[in-house]
Amino acid sequence: MPQEPVIKVRDLVVGFGDQIVLDHLTLDVRGGEILGVVGASGSGKSVLLRTVIGLLPKRHGSIEVLGVDLEKANEAERRALERRWGILFQQGALFSSLTVRENVQFPMRENLDLSPRLMDEMALAKLEMVGLSRDDANKFPAELSGGMTKRVALARALALDPEIVFLDEPTSGLDPISAGDFDELIRTLQQTLGLTVFMVTHDLESLYTACDRVAVLADGKVVADGTIEDMLKCEHPWVKTYFQGKRGGMLVDRRMSA
Amino acid sequence: MAESLLTSQLKGERLELAASGSWTASHARELETLVDSVAGEASKAKNVSIDMTGVREFDTFGAWLLERLTRAWTSAGRQPKIVGLPQHDRGLLEEMHGVNREPSRAPARENRIVGALASVGQAGAGLGRDLMLFADMLGAVGVATTRVLVRPREFRFTSTVNQLDRVAWQAVPIILLITFLIGGIIAQQGIFHFRKFGAELYAVDLVGILILREIGVLIVAIMVAGRSGSSYTAELGSMKMREEIDALRTMGFDPVEVLILPRILVLIIALPVLTFLGCMAALYGGGLVAWLYGGMSPDIYISRLTEAISLTHFKVGMLKAPFMGLVIGIVACAEGLQVKGSAESLGLKTTASVVKSIFLVIVLDGLFAIFFASIGM
Repeated sequence: MPQEPVIKVRDLVVGFGDQIVLDHLTLDVRGGEILGVVGASGSGKSVLLRTVIGLLPKRHGSIEVLGVDLEKANEAERRALERRWGILFQQGALFSSLTVRENVQFPMRENLDLSPRLMDEMALAKLEMVGLSRDDANKFPAELSGGMTKRVALARALALDPEIVFLDEPTSGLDPISAGDFDELIRTLQQTLGLTVFMVTHDLESLYTACDRVAVLADGKVVADGTIEDMLKCEHPWVKTYFQGKRGGMLVDRRMSA
Repeated sequence: MAESLLTSQLKGERLELAASGSWTASHARELETLVDSVAGEASKAKNVSIDMTGVREFDTFGAWLLERLTRAWTSAGRQPKIVGLPQHDRGLLEEMHGVNREPSRAPARENRIVGALASVGQAGAGLGRDLMLFADMLGAVGVATTRVLVRPREFRFTSTVNQLDRVAWQAVPIILLITFLIGGIIAQQGIFHFRKFGAELYAVDLVGILILREIGVLIVAIMVAGRSGSSYTAELGSMKMREEIDALRTMGFDPVEVLILPRILVLIIALPVLTFLGCMAALYGGGLVAWLYGGMSPDIYISRLTEAISLTHFKVGMLKAPFMGLVIGIVACAEGLQVKGSAESLGLKTTASVVKSIFLVIVLDGLFAIFFASIGM
């Protein structure tokens, strides 16, 4: 169903020194969809994500998230907006001096007025939702495996019941089975919580199993944008190699025969 | 917002609840109070129903509180009925239905006296562990040194020169400045107090002996422990965190030989050099103060200095320097390798490295004082 875009990126230019990474890029993310952003290494996927959430400065263009332009928003509006999104960083970015439970509680503690009991219950509920056990809650990030770190980071991103979740390579560094589980988890959570998901990924499997729509980044622009079927028809050389190359082709075959 | 999130009405044996408004995180506190008070009313009625039609917004916080309410009733033997919840919110409620099922285990609280005793014991054990660690590091460095002596080609010359630049050369200005000031201060205090006895000339003895034997080397060692010891610990610690040390080991290199030996060697070379420079700066500072403040001409200062000090004093100070370098290096590197995964542990170990090396430097200085006194130096 067509909806008003929740993220509107218009004519975005981002660069470092002489190098232009994003060159007049335009992209919409609609409410309630999972958008996968793909592209070669160094094509600016993570830069796009970090610019949208305001970590990197832009040179030109406008970004609107949930109807708010971050550049024009004042401090209070920014904070209000930041409560409505959750971010999963590539390495998890868990606070290493806090336990898993405290990590998940951190956004709640800072932004909401909750009783300690409710905060404990909610933190444990979120951890269980992402598939962790109660015994993991008192561990420190250094004691977690890669997959668990990602799950905790996802639970922390979901702590405030955000409307949009940004995922930076959520399945990188996970074995295929864990990665598959993680895709499944994102899909389920997206459906139960009604999330909009903006996902930067390298993982073809993720694109097939989790994403509603795919945007391909090349030469600083979105060169293709649509469903997986559209991607398979696309004539852009990089898109063709990516989706119909050795690894992509295998997945397509499997999908067709299934 | 004036509307109530939850209202209850008792109709005979039937408790009817009507929910409305935003059952979301931002109203969670208010909602929790309401839910808990309503949960207590379960005993009054046989049947309970809750109408969710009026709820505009619903998130996991609201869903969990609703679930908490139904659980409280269920455990009181009532079967609550939930009506009017939109289909897409039902999924959320079902999700919440499965969570927090296991009773949360309260962490075992220990006796305070036992806790205090345990921490004393742990501190003692920690001290023993530290000593073992330093002995271990000293041994490892010894082994690496013999290996390098046998095969000198394996010595990391470039790395050593690079470290020497950072530890010795770049430290010269600050060491000169600090020791110059300390020398001046000692001279000023000496002149000020000895003047009462008319014995100003002896201030020069004080400056000369104190600086050459003790203060010069101590100040330099403490400065180096804070400046280079801490950076060694932080460097090795973050290399440990990022698995660089494991990588070296798997490629068949000994981290002690590659990383630690050059660093410790550099400290052993740098400390005597810096101590010498520091002592000269301090004597110069003392002389300057004696001239400007005490009115003692440079000629008198120098001639008094040559009478007061002997080569022995100078030797005592200089002999201590390399050992202090060794102690600082051993402590800094041993602590660096103890860093665990977290940023906090890096900070803790860096602090521990500086504190322990300064402590050991002073202890070592005391031991040397006893040693030199007994051999009559």
